[in-house]
Amino acid sequence: MDAAVPLFQMEGISKRYGGVRALEKAELVVTSGSIHAILGENGAGKSTLIKVMAGVVAADEGRMTLDGREVTFASPAAANKAGIVCIFQELSLVPELSVADNIVISDPPKRFGMIDRKAQRRIAEEALARAGAGDIHPLALVKDLPLSRRQMVEIAKALARKPRILILDEATSALTAADVSNIFGVLKRLRREGLALLYISHRMNEIAELADQCTVFRNGRNVASYKAGSKSDNEVVELMIGREYSHIFPPKPAAVPAWAAPRLEARKLSWTDRLHNISLTVRAGEVVGLGGLDGQGQRELLLAFFGVLRGLSGEVLIDGRPVTISSPAKARQDDIGMALIPEDRKTEGLMLPMTVRENLSFAALDRLSKGGIIDRAAEQRLIDDMVGLLAIKTAGLDIPVGALSGGNQQKVVIAKWLMRQPRIILLNDPTRGIDVGTKQELYQLMRKLADAGAAILFYSTDYDELIGCCDRVLVLYDGAVKRELVGAEITERALISSALNIHGEESPVGLGADA
Amino acid sequence: MKDWRYWLAEQRGTLLAFGIFIVMFVIYTSNHPAGFTANVVQTAANKGVLLAFVAMAQTLVVITAGIDLSVGMIFLLTNCLASWLVVGTPMQTTLGVIAVLAVGLLCGAINGAIVIYGRLQPIVATIATGAVYYGIGLLLRPFPGGSVNEDLADAMTGRVFDVVPASLVVLLAIVLVIWVPFSRSVLGRAAYAAGSSETAAYMSGVPIRRGKFAAYTLAGLLAAIGGLFLTFFTYTGDAAYASGNAYTLFSIAAVVLGGVSLFGGKGSAIGAIFGALAFRTIGDLLFVFDFDPLWQPLFQGVILLVAVSLGAFALFRVRNRLEWFL
Repeated sequence: MDAAVPLFQMEGISKRYGGVRALEKAELVVTSGSIHAILGENGAGKSTLIKVMAGVVAADEGRMTLDGREVTFASPAAANKAGIVCIFQELSLVPELSVADNIVISDPPKRFGMIDRKAQRRIAEEALARAGAGDIHPLALVKDLPLSRRQMVEIAKALARKPRILILDEATSALTAADVSNIFGVLKRLRREGLALLYISHRMNEIAELADQCTVFRNGRNVASYKAGSKSDNEVVELMIGREYSHIFPPKPAAVPAWAAPRLEARKLSWTDRLHNISLTVRAGEVVGLGGLDGQGQRELLLAFFGVLRGLSGEVLIDGRPVTISSPAKARQDDIGMALIPEDRKTEGLMLPMTVRENLSFAALDRLSKGGIIDRAAEQRLIDDMVGLLAIKTAGLDIPVGALSGGNQQKVVIAKWLMRQPRIILLNDPTRGIDVGTKQELYQLMRKLADAGAAILFYSTDYDELIGCCDRVLVLYDGAVKRELVGAEITERALISSALNIHGEESPVGLGADA
Repeated sequence: MKDWRYWLAEQRGTLLAFGIFIVMFVIYTSNHPAGFTANVVQTAANKGVLLAFVAMAQTLVVITAGIDLSVGMIFLLTNCLASWLVVGTPMQTTLGVIAVLAVGLLCGAINGAIVIYGRLQPIVATIATGAVYYGIGLLLRPFPGGSVNEDLADAMTGRVFDVVPASLVVLLAIVLVIWVPFSRSVLGRAAYAAGSSETAAYMSGVPIRRGKFAAYTLAGLLAAIGGLFLTFFTYTGDAAYASGNAYTLFSIAAVVLGGVSLFGGKGSAIGAIFGALAFRTIGDLLFVFDFDPLWQPLFQGVILLVAVSLGAFALFRVRNRLEWFL
């Protein structure tokens, strides 16, 4: 191809939201047949950049050229027509429609003016097969699929549109290891076919494996562009956060003695076909991790503790006392003192249109009120404490929480529960889609809370986190605890082999992706 | 899973409404002094199709996660208009029918424009436009009166080949000409997608606005067809406020009975038709069992509650409480 004219170019792109500068004279050059990684903390401008590219928002200034010709996109549909297709972080699937309906949604095949269902089915099956997700039935409703399958549908949908530039925004965040390696194969094939791919991810190992070219964004500007592999991880992280990058994980204290009484204990917990005879203990001051591949019952286990599941068998003990937790309202009562930081902060953690203040005080209203009247002064004191403790960056307490960046939203979810001073904290993959800086703060907070006497059960899909944060890790496989790793036993190799339910210590083959 | 299972899951609401209707109708005809005769079926069909048309209209809007509280009033307005226009020679009558349908379309289009381009809440917008439509109807017919081409009226309310009620044939034709193409067109899919998740639909480049506009406009047309039939049955135009409101509310009941989700994105007009027919049969049942007609509203309410609860039974089987809120 002609090296002089890049496939797509952005020059001097700026965008403001109210008083906030999201992009400031940003530049980007995209070439065919390559995978271009975009790095940066949340709020660095990556999302805005691709929204401009994909026609979701219009830039205030600057120009875009495709094949050397200037272009503007009035809508996502216009960008699609030009061959720019984006897989967004927030899934863009319509839940009540079938997988096939969703895959062809922007341009369904037509016959006599009506949608040709046979052709639609064929296109959908092809696209699913191309995405390596042939196991998904095209007639299934999207709302009945688990998150990881939906993400595969999203990818199939993008491929069905025959893009020239494919943008993946955190597209692998919910995928299982097997899916990730599938998708990587697909992406590499697309690169050979001459597509330009833009890849946005917080997972450094994924970028190392895939990318040809990397561009780092900070504060709305592209601060560096370099050939993949020419900088060390530490150098890259420094570019991203713009300051010296010290230890990301806080040091672990000496192990809590095994004879200490457990704060939270489960005995032979079972639930439908998802949980089988799970027994575990978490002591005060301990951070216990839940590992394993995604979807092995970790989420269900946390929900079981939190009183969400019905028809649970087995026993739950708090401080050695058997309890029946029949609802989240019961779980948070003072004698149990449990908090759950959910996986999907947008639906289970926050009321997005309501203000930061309201969201923060929801879970603690009973503590802050007397006779049904909220003590405003006490509320304000507690909120100030929390905003300070977690360093939540917000323009004010009375703006909608939906206006905050992802990392700050997650801090609000956590702060909301900390206002109750919980004794047991359950975390369900809390760092998904969060930038490095905020992650680091969360790790330190987690350790601080444990040191202050909380018992923490922490599910993560990121092995580095489990290794860096946990005193012990329980690896789940098919709804049962397969292995317990303690202290120095927690290594990547041990986590992966037990996650795949491989006995022995040889390194699994072909897993490169999520390792 | 096999294909037919997915199909079954999708049609569950429609099949349930169909089942409820069949059971009620069998009880009705087997207790009717005349039994299952063409005459009995004709009478039942003529009463049922009015609500069926209005319920179809409501379905289109509900699918987009909206609600149309003006359908009953469009139904009245077009009834009043038809009692002026659908008269005279066959030519004049034809033009009259076209004019009445065009007014229905226009009413629907106004609703759609206000909701979509004016960004008003459907519930508020259609209460307001409904009052306007009723007001025009009242000006057209301050007192019940007028007439209609009786040849056409008798043909539409009579029987085809002396067996099948003509009104049912028209209903079927309307389903084939309006509902089936709509539900399988890009616009129909856009309406479903907008009702299920408007942001996802927008991000996917779906023509949301056109889809919703088509839904509101066709709803006006269907309500107008209902209004025409009302004229065919009664030979008069009558701006009866209570009747208009009742049709609006019953159309919502029929839609719910028919398995159409009020949250949008799910359901079919065919389900709503059976919902409407079942709802109408309640009154007939009271009649054959010699109940005082005063009981009718109470029974309709109870049946509606029972039917809606049937749909909610699935919630008792839910083991993960978070699924309650989906």
